[in-house]
Amino acid sequence: MSFMSSPTNFFTSKLSDALGWARKFSIFQYPFVTACCGMEYMAANCSHYDQDRFGAGFPRFSPRQSDVLFVVGTISHKMAPVLKTVHDQMCEPKWVVAFGVCTCTGGFYDNYSTVMGIDTIIPVDIYIPGCPPRPENVIDGLLKLQDKIQKGEQNRTLYDPRTKTGRPAELQGGYSIEGHIKHIESAS
Amino acid sequence: MTPLQILQEKFAADIIETHCFRGDETAIIRPASLRTIAQFLKETPELDFNFLMDLTAVDYLFYAGGRIQKEFRFEVVYHFFSLKYNYRLRLKVPVDEKNPEVDSLDGLWASANWYEREVWDMYGIKFKGHPDLRRILMYEEFVGHALRKDYPVNKRQPLIGPQN
Repeated sequence: MSFMSSPTNFFTSKLSDALGWARKFSIFQYPFVTACCGMEYMAANCSHYDQDRFGAGFPRFSPRQSDVLFVVGTISHKMAPVLKTVHDQMCEPKWVVAFGVCTCTGGFYDNYSTVMGIDTIIPVDIYIPGCPPRPENVIDGLLKLQDKIQKGEQNRTLYDPRTKTGRPAELQGGYSIEGHIKHIESAS
Repeated sequence: MTPLQILQEKFAADIIETHCFRGDETAIIRPASLRTIAQFLKETPELDFNFLMDLTAVDYLFYAGGRIQKEFRFEVVYHFFSLKYNYRLRLKVPVDEKNPEVDSLDGLWASANWYEREVWDMYGIKFKGHPDLRRILMYEEFVGHALRKDYPVNKRQPLIGPQN
């Protein structure tokens, strides 16, 4: 495995490119569906719009088997710890999509029960606004997510409404490709 | 005779006020007689109100922008429906702010159980004789009752995430 530690890092970068390419067309999504946006999510997933063209048609209902967390619908304060647990249980690398305006900002539910944007709890990579978003909008978000996956970018910050800035997310340690490469190198 | 007329005849002393807008019959009754009247509505064969459609409450604090001062702050509202005769009837029970408590209708209609828990959760009105009066929508850590008019509209009590 000496090529991985070559001085130019040539193979490593190409390997991550290949991994990104493979990953972006094999998105296993975890649909965290809580509200009416779920119908639009199903519409985008069914044959008429057919998300499966982009390799993202197959939802897994276990967080441990999925790469992308689709948060679809309003998240209440009562539900928030559950969402955090599901996100923690997902293996790295993982991405989060906020589907619909309620997950992005809380939408019009500015009240005692609703989380004002899931990015205050878990880091969000792609925001798909709309109430609900059109399937074209969803597919646009999916393509943007694929770009991020290809580049290996993952958001690691939470939104803090008090300072109106990001703050680093305290994430549970999971599998990461950097850690995996280090592991291979140390084994060789 | 309409259900309201039957009720007026039978429980004249317990009824504070009635009105009927376009056939929508409403009786405001004394809290002490609630259980008796409810049982009468359910168990009288000519009425047979076998369906408790809704049970909710109203907070009259700041009612009409504070121009109207009600004697009692809360009202618990019951909507009954008779599947057999297609009758509808609304009962209202005034509830005091200092001791917000009315009798539970859990033994008569099973659906009252969760409705009463919801009213307790949102308005803090207790139901005497309820077997399991816990919050139903909000979490146990939630302090206060969210639909009371004096609950601050901007107050947030998140379980995780930034506090305000």
